[in-house]
Amino acid sequence: MDYHFNFSYIWRHFDRLWHGLILSLELAFVSILIGMVIGLVLALFYTDGNRWVRAVVTSYVEVIRNVPLLLLVYLVFYGVPSIGGFEYSATVSFIITLSVYSGAYLVEVFRAGLDAVPKGLLDAGKAIGLTPWQRLLHVRLPTMFRIVLPSLSNTYISLFKDTSIASVIAVPELTYGAQWINFNTFRIIEVYAIVTPMYLVTGYAILFALQRLERRFVVRR
Amino acid sequence: MAEPIVRIRNVEKSFGQNRVLRDVTLDIERGQTVSIIGASGSGKTTLLRCINLLETYDAGSIEVDGVEVGYRSTGNGRRRRRSETELAAIRADIGMVFQLFYLFPHLTARQNVMLGLVKVRGKSKAEATEIADHWLDRVGLADKKESLPAELSGGQQQRVGIARAVAMSPKVLLLDEITSALDPELVGEVLLVVKRLAEEGMTMIVVTHEMTFAREVGDRVVFMDDGLVLEDGPPDEVLLNPKHERLQSFLKRLNLAGIFAT
Amino acid sequence: MWAAIESLPFLVQGFLVTLQVSFLVVAISLVIGVVMGTGLVFGRWWLYWPVRLYSDFIRGIPVLVLIFFVYYGLPVLGLNLDNFWAAVAALTAFKVAHVVEIFRGAVQSIHHGQMEAGKAIGLTFWQRLTWIILPQAVRRFLPPWINAVTDAVKGSALVSLIGVVDLMLAVQQVIGRTYEPMPLYVTGAIIYFLINYSLSTVSRRLEVRFSYIRD
Repeated sequence: MDYHFNFSYIWRHFDRLWHGLILSLELAFVSILIGMVIGLVLALFYTDGNRWVRAVVTSYVEVIRNVPLLLLVYLVFYGVPSIGGFEYSATVSFIITLSVYSGAYLVEVFRAGLDAVPKGLLDAGKAIGLTPWQRLLHVRLPTMFRIVLPSLSNTYISLFKDTSIASVIAVPELTYGAQWINFNTFRIIEVYAIVTPMYLVTGYAILFALQRLERRFVVRR
Repeated sequence: MAEPIVRIRNVEKSFGQNRVLRDVTLDIERGQTVSIIGASGSGKTTLLRCINLLETYDAGSIEVDGVEVGYRSTGNGRRRRRSETELAAIRADIGMVFQLFYLFPHLTARQNVMLGLVKVRGKSKAEATEIADHWLDRVGLADKKESLPAELSGGQQQRVGIARAVAMSPKVLLLDEITSALDPELVGEVLLVVKRLAEEGMTMIVVTHEMTFAREVGDRVVFMDDGLVLEDGPPDEVLLNPKHERLQSFLKRLNLAGIFAT
Repeated sequence: MWAAIESLPFLVQGFLVTLQVSFLVVAISLVIGVVMGTGLVFGRWWLYWPVRLYSDFIRGIPVLVLIFFVYYGLPVLGLNLDNFWAAVAALTAFKVAHVVEIFRGAVQSIHHGQMEAGKAIGLTFWQRLTWIILPQAVRRFLPPWINAVTDAVKGSALVSLIGVVDLMLAVQQVIGRTYEPMPLYVTGAIIYFLINYSLSTVSRRLEVRFSYIRD
């Protein structure tokens, strides 16, 4: 092996990695927020809706979940503008893609969560005269959120890792930064020796932060 | 009098700081049906599970038909843990029926009973099928031999559990609260099977909450509390004339719950 | 639209490469993953910890990072793989971690009472493993594993980024010639969808069929 380690190249360009990491976290955060809205609305439609509504939601979920994220990214970034006649930035395009993508996974999470709300709680709500809308707001949703919090944290961490795909459409997140340094300095080993722990540590940090959140909200007997 | 088939001597067992068995000494004669009663945490289930070494024990000895279970004495008071093979052979002669049944879900009732016969007793498939069918008939499940556990009620599953244990021709049968997980209306069918086994001379150690069973079927009732055997005698004596204060309060609590019929 | 249909043969070639990559990744990761999973579940600490660390490490990084590192990094360390095998190696290394986790879940979700019932009738450890644990573990393993297979097929699309002409890259190359992105992306999506949807339907059916194995 004829390789001499030289980390100075990495430190010189470290701001690309650091800002890339921040951007990755932001991309994931915005996408999961939008995805949660999509997922929650569709889950409610599914649970409370008729056959046709359920079929529409299922189609959306099945299509998104069975197609590679990479293809979706290209489709939204290159494909949609070509038939729509408009343009948007790579970052916006990626956020749209990841939101739609996460929405499809979150529909499942929320649907299972809504199903897991004990029927007895709904009966109790009916018994004290709450309207369906009130039961939704005050009984079903709060209970569901406590149930799904662990799944949500797993989803957020997955999405954070999926932001690396944004690098293929030149969104300057962490993996793009790593590849930029790789192509411009040829310091492949060093850059990935730094970037890998960055992903790992951030992933675990998110996990611990969300676990602490879980402990505050989820009652354990 | 013949040698007791199960000899338990000064057995001690702790889970961490918790001393579950303090100094238990008990003899079971061949053909006896002994009920062990007591509150939760009294150590009765742990004692039962030590007999076939599903739980290890820290001190003392347990012998089944002259064979030390779990450990082999190496002289000067020492002991060595038995090998997996030795343990398996010893366990084959001890039958156990579990509170939660633990039937093998991927096997039919008949296959559940046959597994031990073929793999442990070395019977041919034909022989094993005959024996399994015989016992399934005896426990009243003649028409359920091909059913999977998921298709059976709790009482039916437990009866398969009993057939599985008894088909191995064990020297002693250990029954661990076998009706505690059953709906009340299913308890009777299981107790009937056990009663018939007792009448036919099977040696049984029954950990139970069913006082009527203990009274009607058992030859002996043993009361355990906090890791010790406090009373041991014929059912009518122990249950109707409790001497120990702890047993008196235990029975009183059960009486209040309406479980014990006088 | 016609361009898409005319280029179908080219897409089919790419599709075959996708199948090749997916098949290799799935098969190799299954074998290695089950072996490593056995070490994780049944082995002593010197088997447990390496597997645990490997699995947690791999699952903590994006698969794209792994692919780029294997492709650009290994030659530097002296190991020269062509892009096809670099891609297969990276994806396999990634999938192994998932197979290990699925295996662990399948075996550890079996109630300890099953082992106890096996002990009670006098079966030895290996007998309990073969006749009681493994039959149940396989039924718990298959549905999630088939989902992992669909993940492998979707992940295979990333090999296009290091120049392997799979379905994804074939689609892009055709777009490069015809300048009609949408019809081609949609065609590609349909093909991926058909494979994966069939697989996930099988997985769902198996899960229902094997539900008797769960308590």
